[in-house]
Parts: sequence; structure tokens; C-alpha cells
Amino acid sequence: MPDTAFADPDAGLSPAELAARHGLGFAGTRPSLVSYARQLWAYRHFITAYANARVSASFSLTRLGRLWQVLTPLTNAAVYYLIFGVVLATRHSIPNFIAYLCTGLFIFLFTQTVAQAGVVSITGNMGLIRALHFPRACLPIAISLIELQNIGASMVVLTGIVLITGEPLTLEWLLIIPALALQMVFNAGLAMGLARLGSKVTDLKQIIPFVMRTWMYASGVFYSSALFAQHLPKWAAVAVEANPMLVYIELIRHAMLENVPLSSSVPHLWLLAAFWSLVVGIGGYVYFWRGEQEYGRG
Amino acid sequence: MGVAEVAERPVEAGQRVPTVIVDDVHVVYRVQGPGTPGSGSPVAALSRMLTGKRTPGLREVHAIKGVSFTAYKGEAVGLIGSNGSGKSTILRAIAGLLPIEKGGLYTAGQPSLLGVNAALMNDLSGARNVELGCLAMGMSKADARRAAPAIIEFSGINERGDFASLPMRTYSSGMAARLRFAIAAAKKHDVLLIDEALATGDARFRKRSEERVRELRAEAGTVFLVSHNNQSIIDTCERSVWLESGVIRADGPTRDVIKEYQQYMNRK
Repeated sequence: MPDTAFADPDAGLSPAELAARHGLGFAGTRPSLVSYARQLWAYRHFITAYANARVSASFSLTRLGRLWQVLTPLTNAAVYYLIFGVVLATRHSIPNFIAYLCTGLFIFLFTQTVAQAGVVSITGNMGLIRALHFPRACLPIAISLIELQNIGASMVVLTGIVLITGEPLTLEWLLIIPALALQMVFNAGLAMGLARLGSKVTDLKQIIPFVMRTWMYASGVFYSSALFAQHLPKWAAVAVEANPMLVYIELIRHAMLENVPLSSSVPHLWLLAAFWSLVVGIGGYVYFWRGEQEYGRG
Repeated sequence: MGVAEVAERPVEAGQRVPTVIVDDVHVVYRVQGPGTPGSGSPVAALSRMLTGKRTPGLREVHAIKGVSFTAYKGEAVGLIGSNGSGKSTILRAIAGLLPIEKGGLYTAGQPSLLGVNAALMNDLSGARNVELGCLAMGMSKADARRAAPAIIEFSGINERGDFASLPMRTYSSGMAARLRFAIAAAKKHDVLLIDEALATGDARFRKRSEERVRELRAEAGTVFLVSHNNQSIIDTCERSVWLESGVIRADGPTRDVIKEYQQYMNRK
């Protein structure tokens, strides 16, 4: 190079030494776990703005707009009530079946939509990732925030359904908040984990719907979870009862409904819920962070 | 970080401060897609699963094959080369957006890529996109709000009525590109990488954006410019690097490199 022709203290240094001498950093090094969390905190306004933008963008071409946030769960509840409540009449021993069904359905859909959107949150935003520099975990976290907004609307609908079907409003309803908070942490971890998996295994997007449907049947959404203990071998029943989705659903049912059959005792359910939130929340975060530098490759 | 340190170090006569060091860098894209005809059929996929062979659909594209150069403070470097020569890829690698396969890449601070294809949300209004873009560049909420009017003013989208409140899908392609450039150019950058951004918009906007790039360069220290417009490279950069098929063919004063490049292109 022409600039090294005269007495230059940098002459003869290797590129790495030259970089060290002038304090240059290696491009695209992964931050530590703690500083990654700090970066995410610094980008919190981007995360919320992006989540809000996604919500209003998804409704921008409809006439009813954000009203669909309420109409979608309402229609869902009507369809499932028609099939399971009227056509098949699967009431079994459950006292308030329609409220029982809707609680299970809405809580399950909260996680299901996060999983479906999370798995494409990296592959679907390649343009953004290759153009701008921001902690990539913003994208899956924004996905779980969007669904938190939607579950808020669903809970309003659910409150209406539960009260109309004759359940009393009690102090126990306050337990909804910690239960949803735990599920939110679980969802964020799930979204981050699936986002990295989905960016590596692109076929995952096709498989997720089937996984989620199987999971739904194992979560006691349409029938009493007591059926599992009666019909499954012991080990399978234990596995199903530890299922995080069943746990989150039963916590909400316990909070909102009277005389509801539960698969485990209430303190046990809370312990399980906290356990799953911690494991999936932290596990998903660490797993996603480890791939931080690879997401631009596609 | 290192930026402040570099800035404070007195520049002795003849000594130049490096801001970007690219040392024998390789970049490989892995593309999922049907490779040979017929390999995407269900039967072929099933037999692959049974025999345990690797997906032939996964193809590797070796886009950058061992590129080395050093850029210094106050320099504007043009990157030229035919389509698919790896110009945009090397910019993305310097910006830390694409992982490198091999080699070393050192930068002062966090380089920013200023491209025309920064994805924004077409269903949202221009004003919302400005806010989102600013936040994505790491601005605080207050800074983003303060910067917004100037960005819209600079982009000129409001010259024909209030377009800032309309969804971006209603914009012409030139308007959208102008808005994206205006957003990206609103921030100060340590090292600025510009990908074809000056080619967007009409003559008036081009003049305005070239002016803005000169300002940014005065603040930034080092500017990289990718363009197929040789004149804008000559106007902006004193040094140029010519890439062809992922390797450097020439690196030197812009006039010499461009002359060589033009001869090469005409010969083809």
C-alpha cells in the first residue's frame, strides 16, 4: 500500500496488531449475556413500537380494523361452542362447560399464535435484519408482546362469557394477572427458541401446526383433564399433567370459575407454572443469544 | 469504546488512523432451494430421508473470496464492480450484518449501512415509519420525535400534499426510496456504508443527498460508497476498490481504477 512508504510506526504490523493498536473491535462479535440484556432494554421503545406497528398493519386493510381483536376470539368461541356444546354435546361432568371451553381455548391460542409467528420471526424479516443493526431478540419478543395485546382483548370477551354463564366475580380473579405474566415469560422464551430453530430448519414452519394441534389435545381444552388419569397409562398421565399448557389453562380456570375439576392441587400448579416459565424463558433467551451473529446469513 | 480513543489520539504528520481493517475475509451464503431439477419432488425427498444423504437443495455461494484492505479516517472509498461481484456483500459484512466465514474484520465503533432497501412497513404511514426507523437505529424516543420533522422535510414527500400520514404502499417507488434514505441519513455514524443510495430520486433529490453525504463524511471519518454510477464515485471518493467475482482486481486512486474498470467492461 502506498501509505506505508515512509517512516510509519504502523508499518510491519499484522492487521490484527494494527487493529489492536488503534483500538478497533472485531466486527460482529457476540455481546455477553448481560450486555445483550442491556441492549434489549435500550431497544425497548423499538420493541413496543414495532409490536404496535405490526398490530395496526395487520388490520390496516380491514374495514373493522382493531375491532377484529375482539371479534376473532368471539367467533372462535361461537364455533367451538356450536361443535362441542350443541352438536356433540360433550358436557360430561363439567358444570359450566361453555366457560370451561372458552378459557382453555383462549389461553391455548395465546401460546399457539406466538409459536406460529415466532418460528418465522427471523426468516420473515430478513430485509430488516440485513439492513439494520439491532439485537435480533427484539423480533421474537415483539411477537409475544403482540399476542399479549390480543390476549388482553380475549380476556375482556372471556370475562363477559364467564359472567353471563353465571359465575360470580371474586377476589380470586386477581390471580389471572400473575398467571398470564408467567405464561408471557414462557411465550417469549418459546418464541426466541423457535425463531432460531426456524431460521436453521426452514421446514419447521410446516410442522408447527401439527405439533400445536397435538399439544392442544393433550392440554384438556375440550374435555376434562380428569379423563387423562382414567384412560392413559400412569407415566403418560404424569407427563400430560406436567404439560405447561395444561398448567396455565388450569390456573386461569381456577381463578375465574367455581367448582372446576383440576388435575393437580393449586400450589402444585403454581410451582409447575413458575418452573416452566423459568426454564423456557431463560433457555429460549440463551439459545437465541448463542446464534445472534448467524441470523443475517439466511 | 475505541472510537473516542481514536478520535483523541493526535494524528501525527504522515500517520493515518485506520477505521476499518479487512483481513483476508471470506463470505459464504447458504441458500435453501431446489438445486438440480427433480430434487424437490416428494419421492426424491423421501429417498434422501431413507438413505440419509444431505439435502442437495442447500447450496453454498462463495460471494467473497479473500478480500483485504484498510480504510483510514477521513477517507471516502468507492466500491465498484459488475453486478454480483460482491460489493453489497462486503458492505454488509463490514456492518456486522452478515457473518464472515474466515478472516478478520476490525472496525472502529459500529459501522452503519445506509441502503435503499432497508425494509420498512408498507401498511403504515410515512410518519410512523420514520419513528420506527429512528428507533431501530438505536435513537431514544425523544430523539426520534425530535428528528422526525427534519427527516420528512428532507425526504420531500410532503411537497405534493400531506403524504406523511398516508400508508407507504401508496407512495411511488421514488418517494419510498427518498424517505428511506432520509431516515438512514438522519443519524451520525462512525463509519458510514452507502449502498447505491445516491441513485434514488430525481435530480433535485440526488443533489440534496450528495450534499448530505458530504456532511456525513465530515462528521463520520470514513465513508464507503457502492454505486454503478461512475460519476458519483468520482465526485465523492478519492480512492476506489474494484471487486470482481469476490476478489479485488484493483485498489488505488479513483481515476486510475475507474479507467481500468471501464476498459474491462468495454472489452467484455
